[in-house]
Amino acid sequence: MYQYIIRRILVFIPMLLALSIIVFGLAKAAPGDPFTGKILDPNINPEVYEQQREALGLNKPVPIQYLNWAKEVAQGNFGESITFNGRSVQSLIKERILNTVYLGIVALGITLVVAIPIGIYSARKPYSLLDYGATTFGFAGLAIPNFFFGLVVIYLLSIKMGWFPAQGTLTSNDLSGFAEFKDRLHHMVLPGLTLGLASTASYMRYMRSEVLDVLGSDYIRTAKAKGMSDRNVLYKHTLRNAMIPIITLMGFEFGAILSGAIITEQVFNFPGLGTLFINAITNRDYPVVMAIALLLGVAILVGNLIADIFYSIVDPRIRYD
Amino acid sequence: MSMQPLLDVEQLKTYFYLNQNQVAKAVDGISFSVFPGETVALVGESGSGKSITALSIMQLINKPGKIIEGSITMNNQELLKLKPKQMTSIRGNDIGMIFQEPMTALNPVFTIGNQITEIIRKHKKVNRRVAEIRAVSLLKVVGIPRPEEIMKEYPHQLSGGMRQRVMIAMAISCDPQLLIADEPTTALDVTIQAQILDLMVEMQEKFQMALLLITHDLGVVYEYTDRVMVMYGGQIVEQAPTKQLLKLTRHPYTQGLLASLPKIDEDVDRLGTIKGTVPPAYNFPIGCRFATRCPFVMDKCKESNPELKELDTGHFVRCYLYEDGGSTNDDD
Repeated sequence: MYQYIIRRILVFIPMLLALSIIVFGLAKAAPGDPFTGKILDPNINPEVYEQQREALGLNKPVPIQYLNWAKEVAQGNFGESITFNGRSVQSLIKERILNTVYLGIVALGITLVVAIPIGIYSARKPYSLLDYGATTFGFAGLAIPNFFFGLVVIYLLSIKMGWFPAQGTLTSNDLSGFAEFKDRLHHMVLPGLTLGLASTASYMRYMRSEVLDVLGSDYIRTAKAKGMSDRNVLYKHTLRNAMIPIITLMGFEFGAILSGAIITEQVFNFPGLGTLFINAITNRDYPVVMAIALLLGVAILVGNLIADIFYSIVDPRIRYD
Repeated sequence: MSMQPLLDVEQLKTYFYLNQNQVAKAVDGISFSVFPGETVALVGESGSGKSITALSIMQLINKPGKIIEGSITMNNQELLKLKPKQMTSIRGNDIGMIFQEPMTALNPVFTIGNQITEIIRKHKKVNRRVAEIRAVSLLKVVGIPRPEEIMKEYPHQLSGGMRQRVMIAMAISCDPQLLIADEPTTALDVTIQAQILDLMVEMQEKFQMALLLITHDLGVVYEYTDRVMVMYGGQIVEQAPTKQLLKLTRHPYTQGLLASLPKIDEDVDRLGTIKGTVPPAYNFPIGCRFATRCPFVMDKCKESNPELKELDTGHFVRCYLYEDGGSTNDDD
């Protein structure tokens, strides 16, 4: 098992290399650089821009630029942000990454807490009122775009009802300890709900069909024939089997939620990686764009690895060697 | 058989409500008894209702199926009147059951030890240690080598025959008085089949259980059972002590089943067959359910279904051929 994990991590290296080339190539393929597209100050001699480009290394051949960049990145240095004057990319990311990670955890938490019990109930009482309701919600949740749902919850739960704040992460910087934690959590409910909507809907459907499937299997009949109680049959024999694909999916979800956060954060003006990413794109701040794109790639790779590891833990039939 | 029956099934009807106008009468008014220590066979083709009978006794009928009528008593206790929770202390405890498919009957994500100790702990109310010791000795009894290690293994690590042994160990773990085996060897290799059947009979004698063996294999019936019930179309069509039934086969369906068996001392080109298939349980003919396939069919057979009549002591037949009381047409 450990050997397998180490091998998987080694495979990451060429994948990351390929990913970095693609990210860099795409960034370069996009037209313009930080000195184009702005309203140029007519008093500045165009030669000054040329000098700046030279100073930043933007006029060198692309492969050389890549190598320079990759060398720095390998040492953990993503360079300086072009728009945030002089700030290093790392410090920008460090400042925001935790916000996004917390948001992801809240979203995943909401997803699991809502989807799994409803999925189980739907499977135990198929074609009941609640099952139909859940199915309807499921399709709606998959069909409604994130940003639109975000706007609707802001309008209803924030502006109309005033239950939750519509943006930001903190009411004031004076809070500390538990009060701060509570306030942060309060701010994350709406974005978390929005971010978790689509996955809640699909997890619910997965859970329902998995539980239905398992309930009809021979070993459940055996468990019943052994005289096991309904609780034992459901929570031990059924759930353990039904959760196998769900747990696997959760690993993949890790990367998906981080990228999904890009839109959601934008809607809620949430200071996470997503807003940073969008701002960097509009400002052609390539060091930041590339760093975040790379980070998302790593998140997805790690998520897949976690999925595989979980899979072998929950299903004894799976052995990697 | 003057003693008290262990299990008494009376007029049991289990129907499946497929949709508004279709009701599958999978088990349609069957009555039989099983006496302590006895081995009884329930024989019939696929779709004759034998498995549903077994599942009805266990009350493991899933929707849209339902036991709509009848009584099932065990040691004079009416099982159909028990609350679902009370029934869980009968299942696995007083009645053990073995299924056809050992490959899928064990839960793939729990160890063998976990699955055996769980039933022992539930019914015997003992702690884990005691349950484990008992489980290991049971595995030994059913002939599993290195039982301590097998306890820690998962079902996919065992062969089909081994899994069926585990199922047997599980079914007898709480000293049931009745063991129901639903085609326990159908899914196994021929070489393993006899081993498993021998093991079951050995266990039955050792633990003094009654055995209700569901099978479609008359060879098995002949070798292992005391009494046979032949089912057709959700009903019992013939019931007799095994030796009696084979000596004096009365119902045309049973005769057909026997004719389809290869015999060592006869050299025939083709084995006998029964033409056609079992009519679907939602669309039985009005008269005798076997009338559509019966070689001796009479007009009367198509009009009404005959009653199950006792011709000799313990030999019951549901057929108009024996209306006048006992004349057989073995000769034609």
